[in-house]
Amino acid sequence: MSLFARNRKLASFLLFILGTQAAIAQTPPPAAPASDEPELVEFDTSKTRSIAVPALVAPAPADTAAGNSVALGRQIAEVISSDLRASGVFETQGPNGLRAITLPEVATPQFDYWKSRPVEQLVQGFVRVGGDGNLTVGCYLYDVGFGNETTRLGFNVPPREWRRAAHKCADAIYSRLTGELPFFDSRIAYIAESGPKNKRTKRLAIMDSDGANHRFITNGQSTALTPRFSPNYKSILYLSYVDGNPRIYVYDIDAGRQRLITQSTSPTFAPRWSPDGKTILYSMAVSGNTDVYKIAATGNGTPVKLTSSPGIDVGGSFSPDGRQIVFESDRSGSQQVYVMNADGSNQRRISFGSGRYATPEWSPRADLIAFTRIAGDFRVGTMRPDGSGERLLTDSWQDEAPTWAPNGRVIQFFRTAKGSGKTSIWQVDLTGSNERQLPTPVDGSDPAWGPVLP
Amino acid sequence: MKTNTIKIAAILLVSTALVAGCGKKKVEALPPAAQGTDYGQNATDPNAGTGQIIPGSQEDFLQQVGAFGDRILFETDRFNVDAEDQAVLQRQAQWLAQYPNTRAIVEGHADERGTRDYNLALGERRANSAKNYLTSIGVDASRIQTVSYGKERPSALGSDEQSWAQNRRAVTVTVR
Repeated sequence: MSLFARNRKLASFLLFILGTQAAIAQTPPPAAPASDEPELVEFDTSKTRSIAVPALVAPAPADTAAGNSVALGRQIAEVISSDLRASGVFETQGPNGLRAITLPEVATPQFDYWKSRPVEQLVQGFVRVGGDGNLTVGCYLYDVGFGNETTRLGFNVPPREWRRAAHKCADAIYSRLTGELPFFDSRIAYIAESGPKNKRTKRLAIMDSDGANHRFITNGQSTALTPRFSPNYKSILYLSYVDGNPRIYVYDIDAGRQRLITQSTSPTFAPRWSPDGKTILYSMAVSGNTDVYKIAATGNGTPVKLTSSPGIDVGGSFSPDGRQIVFESDRSGSQQVYVMNADGSNQRRISFGSGRYATPEWSPRADLIAFTRIAGDFRVGTMRPDGSGERLLTDSWQDEAPTWAPNGRVIQFFRTAKGSGKTSIWQVDLTGSNERQLPTPVDGSDPAWGPVLP
Repeated sequence: MKTNTIKIAAILLVSTALVAGCGKKKVEALPPAAQGTDYGQNATDPNAGTGQIIPGSQEDFLQQVGAFGDRILFETDRFNVDAEDQAVLQRQAQWLAQYPNTRAIVEGHADERGTRDYNLALGERRANSAKNYLTSIGVDASRIQTVSYGKERPSALGSDEQSWAQNRRAVTVTVR
């Protein structure tokens, strides 16, 4: 069999279908870590692994709606390389500075050459433009030391979604080499901020997990705060002062319309989705007293009041199984973190360290709760759902509002600068290492990370 | 509603007792007297800037209640109305009694040293404290609305104790 025929066979092996905003079909993902794993899989983020990502080959160069396939091959490699580098786990080479590879090499790497660079892992692939104008992207991972293929995936995407194919490839490699679940192919809703401290313009905005495909949703005429993507990415819960008062709206992304989650003369804020997207958790102040409520996401049905302390009960985040809610309350005299059953029963305090504890967020992996600790400065940390095992991950003047990567491995938050009040979005590994700022066109706050796209 | 108000009033009394004797919270350098307050509900008053103050207008209110008489300040995380605040609110109530066709919006604020959601709740609690006191001394509750801005609209811009003290506030804005 000629190399070309063999490659074509590989390509046909990778046959997939994709609708707009729909699933990117792919080969089965690598085995996930056992779900009953009680502790973190502590891969050492201080020891990076070297990985080379040469430009993907474009065997029959063709123009697409997103540019020529040769350029796309390089851009896809750049995104894969950038994702892996940003994870903090990899030291990447390429595509810049690496020689071009040939199509036969994609399936038959020149291991001796890569060993001599030296590099431990190698990602190769191709971009082919189909008759329907869609791209077929092949993605191969090789262990250079062992000289064998460890992962192979293919994606069929419309040209405008080429970045998603790159993220899916990077996710597969990341999962394969770390044992963690994927997270690059996901999106973030946040608040884009600009203007002076006492008159900030705050706009609802969305972007990919790496900051690409940025889009403003609101125009900034009224203040927008605290967005949350629905689990299916079709809508966003957020707070808006559009009628002069703080109220939670659910914004339908495709329709470009929004509605109140509940008719009320009282302010509503701090919205959250249940993991299945069927329930909305929110806070409402009645005669000055704030409590936590839930209501069906359909907008029908009556609100259910979950807390009734005379103090401020606010915020909240469902456990991944939807059975429990972690929230904050100052019923003890200062902000602390509490857990209750989803029906409001069995409320119990879990934070007992020094200082105040706020903005609890349950990890999608269920094992940890992230929070903001206020003791002088504001720091982001994690604790187990029973309150034990507290650790602080950041150390700055004001780090606030953690949100979890869909794999429960990375935490995003926002940082406020003392004095100027300027805000920026950051992320940090669970170990507290690899802290880095996310690129946003203007200042950013209130990040909310959505699930991995299908 | 009634029960809630009574409960809150009771809490207020207790809180007031608890913090009695705390250090003075008024600050020396107050922010420049804002026209139409922080949120300028009446910024578009057609008579603004003509030098003529219309009785019953927001300008008139600001003049009658005196410098910073439109606001009361709070200790960190507190929402109680102390004797000093009561004097301020009494002058506001007198003005509101003088102009029974006016309404008021009490804006509750928090300083930047709190988390966003909690500060929204705290601002609402502060605005309600001011409202509750105003109604307790005779202002019809239906004339007073509240709105919380949390930490979104600071009055003083510094990141220091003095600025924060000015930002923990409930500001009364009148509406005709």
